[in-house]
Amino acid sequence: MGIYSRVDRDNMTIAVLLKQVPDTTSKIAVSDGRVDQDSVSKWSTSPYDEYALEYALQLKESGGGDLVAITCGPSRSSKMLTDAAAVGADSMLHVEADTSEMDSRQIQSILAAAVKHCGADVILCGKQAADTNSGSTGPGVANLIGAACVGMVSEVNVDGDGFSALRASPSGNERVMVSKPCLFAFDKAATELRRPNVKGIMMAKKKVIETVSPGDLGVDIGESGVKIHAHDLPPEKPPGQKFEGAESVSIVVSKLREEANVI
Amino acid sequence: MNITIIAETNGNQLHSVTSQLAGAASSLGGTTTLLCPGGVGESEASEISGVSKVISLKGDCFSSFDSGAWSAVMAPHCDGVVIASSSPTGRELASQIASKMGVPVVQDLTEIGQDLKMTRSVYSGKAIETSTASGSCVITLRQNAFESAGSGGNAELITVDSTSEVSVAVKEAMAKASERLDVSEADIIISGGRGMGDPANFSHLNEVADVIGAAVGASRAAVDSWDEIPHNMQVGQTGKTVNPSLYIAVGISGAIQHLAGMRSSKYIVAINKDPDAPIFGVADYGIVATWEEALPSLKEELAKL
Ligand SMILES: Cc1cc2nc3c(=O)[nH]c(=O)nc-3n(C[C@H](O)[C@H](O)[C@H](O)COP(=O)(O)OP(=O)(O)OC[C@H]3O[C@@H](n4cnc5c(N)ncnc54)[C@H](O)[C@@H]3O)c2cc1C
Repeated sequence: MGIYSRVDRDNMTIAVLLKQVPDTTSKIAVSDGRVDQDSVSKWSTSPYDEYALEYALQLKESGGGDLVAITCGPSRSSKMLTDAAAVGADSMLHVEADTSEMDSRQIQSILAAAVKHCGADVILCGKQAADTNSGSTGPGVANLIGAACVGMVSEVNVDGDGFSALRASPSGNERVMVSKPCLFAFDKAATELRRPNVKGIMMAKKKVIETVSPGDLGVDIGESGVKIHAHDLPPEKPPGQKFEGAESVSIVVSKLREEANVI
Repeated sequence: MNITIIAETNGNQLHSVTSQLAGAASSLGGTTTLLCPGGVGESEASEISGVSKVISLKGDCFSSFDSGAWSAVMAPHCDGVVIASSSPTGRELASQIASKMGVPVVQDLTEIGQDLKMTRSVYSGKAIETSTASGSCVITLRQNAFESAGSGGNAELITVDSTSEVSVAVKEAMAKASERLDVSEADIIISGGRGMGDPANFSHLNEVADVIGAAVGASRAAVDSWDEIPHNMQVGQTGKTVNPSLYIAVGISGAIQHLAGMRSSKYIVAINKDPDAPIFGVADYGIVATWEEALPSLKEELAKL
């Protein structure tokens, strides 16, 4: 017997985990030792999560099943779920909570409970979020729900009895096989992201977001094991030196050697 | 305090960052145990100064990377503060181990201070976060941000045979197209952008790189426009975050998403024909010139050193 169970197409529930982050183009301000959330001019779905969503839609199209978009975050994050529904997510689950002071263990336990609540057995997420840049959530959730974990994924397909994924490895790329339950943490992928059309947007507006609290899911997240002392702006760099023309290359090279000491 | 280090491996060798993890561990003080997944580099590991015990974990499950299977074997040997590298596999393994231990993981630290005060960069380098953990925790460290421990140690070496159920099966391994140094490994990086005009012109960057032992990177515009420039060269928000001593940006405008991946480089040089390109705002040394003019003399000047 192989290690793969047959993909039961009609019964597959796919979940995509999405996080709302300040758009990279937003300025970040700090007040009272914390990044000032109110000063963020634009919130977006974290870029790697968008690739996860795209591949979740492709899996649903090729393998059948339902796609649920899940987020855990403050109320503003629900917009991201509606956006996901507008491109084809069937249902939406919003665990409403202030995650800003939570540690990785707390977030993972909430999301694992959310995934179980939806009965999902194929989970896609980004390899890391653009705000914390950590990359802890996917593998932690995989562990909590007992799913096979594949990171650095740039492609996933239904493949006979299981799923085939392309992942980056230290020496190049690998094509790996897994069976349900499984979790794929996405890197940037070589695919176009779909944009919602008018019909999709109208349909999404009619869909109801299931909004719950961590307690509703039966999770007691306990205390955070990490205490954030402060967020600070990075130290200002002194203004650089600018030179005109290729003749200045020799000056810069000697400065790299004498001033900077890096070559 | 007990400290457990997860060795970083590079194929069949111990990765040099392992010694940096040990260097950081020794700044914390305490008894340090080093775990070698698959037994890779066990004898070299036992010579790292400050390590008291090396546990060499042997077993079939280590023949290819499966963070679930690996962590199932490793977590029971982890105690106190667990330290791994913030490479992609290091982060994945660290998260799984933390989850199995029921403790938090804090990724990609750039500094560790007194009483395990942890410093890391958040919001694409636009803010710095400092925190402390109240109990056991797993941390990953950014490569090249910590001093290496010396060699000359003499740790006790214990071999443990273990089994674990593997659920990720490798069907096919594809080697990197080029044998060039990876940007995440390099201390000097020279990157090209759309301004290079044609992927064939990256050969000029390769030539400069060869003179100074640098890796060659690229902007997303270059990766997206040209098939010849693979994604593993991309630096930035949706590529790699790099932390070299010297980053040379050639024909790169300096979009915020590119800066997100390289602004923490120690020194930045920009070569761009547009004097108003935003890249000059972060460059320590800017050269307003076309690459066609600047690269040949850059290669020549560097070769003279
Ligand atoms: C969600 C998201 C994620 C992104 N992630 C990334 C990322 O990870 N990495 C990344 O790099 N970008 C990323 N981008 C794209 C980013 O916004 C820019 O489009 C990209 O960085 C531009 O690349 P470039 O500087 O090579 O090209 P351009 O912006 O086109 O700049 C080319 C530069 O070359 C100069 N030039 C032209 N000819 C010459 C010459 N002969 N000699 C010298 N200079 C010359 C020009 O003056 C110009 O400044 C992302 C964008 C989004 C929306």
